[in-house]
Amino acid sequence: MRRTVHRGRLTLVFVVVTALMLTLLGRLWYLQIVTGPSYARAATETRVRSVVLPPVRGRILDVRGRPLVANETKPQVSVDYMALIHQPDGGKDVLTRLARALGRPYQEIADRARLCAADVPRPCWPGSPYQPIVVTDDVSVRTALWIAERQDEFPGVSTALRPVRTYPLGSAAAHVLGYLQPPSPDDPEGGPELIGRDGLEAQYDRELAGRTGIRQVAVDSTGTVTGLIREEAAVAGDTLVTSIDARIQEVAERALTRAVTAARKRGEPADSGAAVVLEAKTGRVTAIADYPTYDPSVWTGGISQRDYEGLPLVSAAVQGQWPPGSTWKVTSTAAAAKAGYPLRGSYDCPGGYTIGGRVFHNFESAALGRMDMHRALVVSCDTIFYRFADRMWRRDGGLKPVEHPKDPMQKMAREFGFGTPTGIDLPHEASGRVPDRAWKKANWERTKADSCRRAKTGYPEMSDRKRAAYLKALATDNCRSGGVWWAGDAANFSIGQGDVLVTPLQLARGYAALANGGTVFSPRIGKQLVGPDGTVVRTITPPVVGKIDASRKTLRFIRDALAEVPRTGTAAGAFKGYSFKRLPVAGKTGTAEAYGRQDTSWFASFGPVKKPKYVVVVVVSQGGTGGTTAAPAAREIWEGIAALTHDGEKKHDTKKHTKESGKGTRAASLSPVAFSKAGGAR
Amino acid sequence: MTTLGPLSVRLPSRRATRRRSWARLAVFPAWGLVLPAAALSAIGLLLVWSATRNDPGSTLLQRQALSVGIGFALLWAVSRIDLRMLRAYVPVLYLLGLAGLIAVLTPLGRTVNGSHAWIVLGDGLQFQPSEFAKAATVLALATALGEPRDGERRPGAGAVLLALGLAALPVGLIALQPDYGTALVFLVLTTGTIVVSGAPKRWFAAFAAAGAAGVLLVWRLDLIRPYQLQRLMVLADPDADPMGMGYNATQARIAIGSGGLLGKGLFHGEQTAGHFVPEQHTDFIFTVAGEELGFVGAACVILLMLALLWRGLWIAAKSPTPFGTAVAGGVVCWLAFQTFVNIGMTMGLLPVAGLPLPFVSYGGSATISSLAAVGLLAAVNRRTRTPA
Repeated sequence: MRRTVHRGRLTLVFVVVTALMLTLLGRLWYLQIVTGPSYARAATETRVRSVVLPPVRGRILDVRGRPLVANETKPQVSVDYMALIHQPDGGKDVLTRLARALGRPYQEIADRARLCAADVPRPCWPGSPYQPIVVTDDVSVRTALWIAERQDEFPGVSTALRPVRTYPLGSAAAHVLGYLQPPSPDDPEGGPELIGRDGLEAQYDRELAGRTGIRQVAVDSTGTVTGLIREEAAVAGDTLVTSIDARIQEVAERALTRAVTAARKRGEPADSGAAVVLEAKTGRVTAIADYPTYDPSVWTGGISQRDYEGLPLVSAAVQGQWPPGSTWKVTSTAAAAKAGYPLRGSYDCPGGYTIGGRVFHNFESAALGRMDMHRALVVSCDTIFYRFADRMWRRDGGLKPVEHPKDPMQKMAREFGFGTPTGIDLPHEASGRVPDRAWKKANWERTKADSCRRAKTGYPEMSDRKRAAYLKALATDNCRSGGVWWAGDAANFSIGQGDVLVTPLQLARGYAALANGGTVFSPRIGKQLVGPDGTVVRTITPPVVGKIDASRKTLRFIRDALAEVPRTGTAAGAFKGYSFKRLPVAGKTGTAEAYGRQDTSWFASFGPVKKPKYVVVVVVSQGGTGGTTAAPAAREIWEGIAALTHDGEKKHDTKKHTKESGKGTRAASLSPVAFSKAGGAR
Repeated sequence: MTTLGPLSVRLPSRRATRRRSWARLAVFPAWGLVLPAAALSAIGLLLVWSATRNDPGSTLLQRQALSVGIGFALLWAVSRIDLRMLRAYVPVLYLLGLAGLIAVLTPLGRTVNGSHAWIVLGDGLQFQPSEFAKAATVLALATALGEPRDGERRPGAGAVLLALGLAALPVGLIALQPDYGTALVFLVLTTGTIVVSGAPKRWFAAFAAAGAAGVLLVWRLDLIRPYQLQRLMVLADPDADPMGMGYNATQARIAIGSGGLLGKGLFHGEQTAGHFVPEQHTDFIFTVAGEELGFVGAACVILLMLALLWRGLWIAAKSPTPFGTAVAGGVVCWLAFQTFVNIGMTMGLLPVAGLPLPFVSYGGSATISSLAAVGLLAAVNRRTRTPA
């Protein structure tokens, strides 16, 4: 046979063909054996859809079990952002139809379905684009069902019955309760559930939230569910029982609002205010009222930019700071007593007291003659305290201070709990300020550059020439010697003026310590966490964080003096006609001055005088004197407390207290884990 | 004269001795070809069944079984044809193939799955002329190249030019559809046939240069479509667009990779059941093999194909005529290239191209023409063993 076959060529084809097939085998080996496990995982991920089962968030109750925050099942319409943007028109068509179905303008729905960014105003979605965006929860069940039945017309739109937060008492304690928001996209633990962003909702978020359940279903490529793989039921969140008494809360809010309205009628700006009611002996919070406040239901179902901008989100009671005025004299008196000035001693109360060439006046410069400390507190004489402060300042070395100044007044103020956050179970608490030499020096160094610049240039941008001149003089002063703690600073400090700052809550806790014999608590609003099955998961007790180093006698003396104030002292006008027999009350007015602003009006009180049970503190910023604005509001609160106590609360209370303590010990003995958890958690 | 490589010498010759004793018992003359083709077709039927088992009322399995039946009948018939007689009819077959390709471009043609490559004859009866044109072109090329003039051992310049001309017509018509994947199969098949025919090496240099110029032309004249460019980009980085163009590639790799060593078992592929891979019963059938049969099963598919290709090359080597060698070599290049592109595409080695896996993918025209091509190999083989 003639050799016609070109064997070399066939060998070449043989080699190429074999190489190609071996390449395929190698790739197959790599895919299935080397990287197989990761593809198996990827396969599971594409095949398995996890449906998150939201837990029911725990309610927040008042001390008697009245709901402050509850849940209500409402149909919710959500859109899937990722599904929308993958539609050819970016979901415009679907959203238009959805808006029509919901009877809303298209723009509103489209705005809610967009993602928040720096340049995107609300409403917008602050959460992750991978979780359903709630466009409305204000939709009738009928409409929701109508949409649910038309999945092909509304791709990417889902409807579900979801619990929604409701506030049975309206705007009551809005700042205390806080609000919920979707987790931010960069929150690593952010699930699809709303999380607490402020107030108790934020503070007890983990406990209230419960545990998210999960249902894993097998799906095909079209997303149709083909079977159930795993289901883990959601566990409802714990119920938070607070020590807030809804009725006293309402009384406090009403009284505060009335005081603000009245002050405005008198021509005061009265821009904000707060009322705090604490249990004197336990440190529990009975009521916290803030002005201005808002209706927390604006948060449900997304919030518009206009609503959001107007919201007064800052709590005056916990975050507001003002100089305390004469209410501060309580600490100064205790300090003086400890420094060796006899309380029963006789002191002159002239109309003015000269310190460093400058005369410090009494209120309205009245000269009131000689008196003991009891009378000094009742009539609120300033000059006696100026003298104490001046002498103490000199004892510490005056302008050339000794190495470790005693600062008896600052020390006592700190013992009362001022200058540090109370540690209440609320976020964003302000710490107040107890100024001393060190603080002033540090503050001066911080502001020196700016002060010296202003001392030179003045305030040409200000239209108010008088104010500009004052500020320039102040800047010149500050630049030169702003770091020096003058005797005048000490004098201002002694009567709660100048650089002293307190929050209403701090003042209430200080007065609670005065009332209960010196125990300083870290106040608590939460009282108990009750699991979904009704068992007490945790009992919350306000921890004792300090003890005032003043004799029982001193504190009793001050309490007795304060008992005079509403009867014959600076608050006598406000308490005219008040039934002291029914609920004897002691208190102190405070009128803190600030340049260019109206006075801050304070009233701090406790009662009953002999066995104090409650502390009531009211402040109205730019509200006038303590006696005219804050004291009447406090009186209204006391009358409310008296009425509520009289209506059987008293009896009920004693019974409840014994029951409660019994419950506490039982919980402790039955459940050591829960108890130790409670002890260690805070 | 170059010598046959040591590997290829040993393998086919050992088989050849075994073959001779079996051949007397055989009804089919070429079991070495038919067995792998039958095994691949059977696996194909199982995989098509698995891929369509969840589609209610699907008749794809039955239709594929019918195609396989027709294919084997054709295989048998073609294998009985005397090559000398077949050669006489090559011009007719070639012209019929061209007529089919032209008909596609007339209103008779239909677009199915984005490819304007079909002729629909009636309800459910449609075919792809390009599949049959493959076999016709192989035969035409072999005719042109397999008749060296007396005293010559290689095809001359005229023969090669004729072959290139014969190939250019179907390639051009298919490129008009446009179906560049199939056109590429024709180019490779042509190259293979010319290589095997023993044409002088300078022709390959010219051929390579022409190919490069063609690619450049396509590129410069913007003949390449955006989707084709995207397919190439996706190959470079399949995760770039996992929901768009990369979806096929990603899902295919997930399906195959998740099969592991032994697979999830026939009819137990979850990715297959969920229809995550598009076109999983046709172009992406290999993903079903990968997922359900695992490395062991999928490698079997590749090895069966390799066995068939080796057998084809052995037949080419043993052919007493240059025509037989050219036919066998052309068929081997066609099947090998199409297999490599198809499986390589499902495993992310190559860009997505709409080529079926011979014998395995669902598709009547492709199945029948592939089996007919095996019939051609068998016909060449028959000539080998019944010396003239």
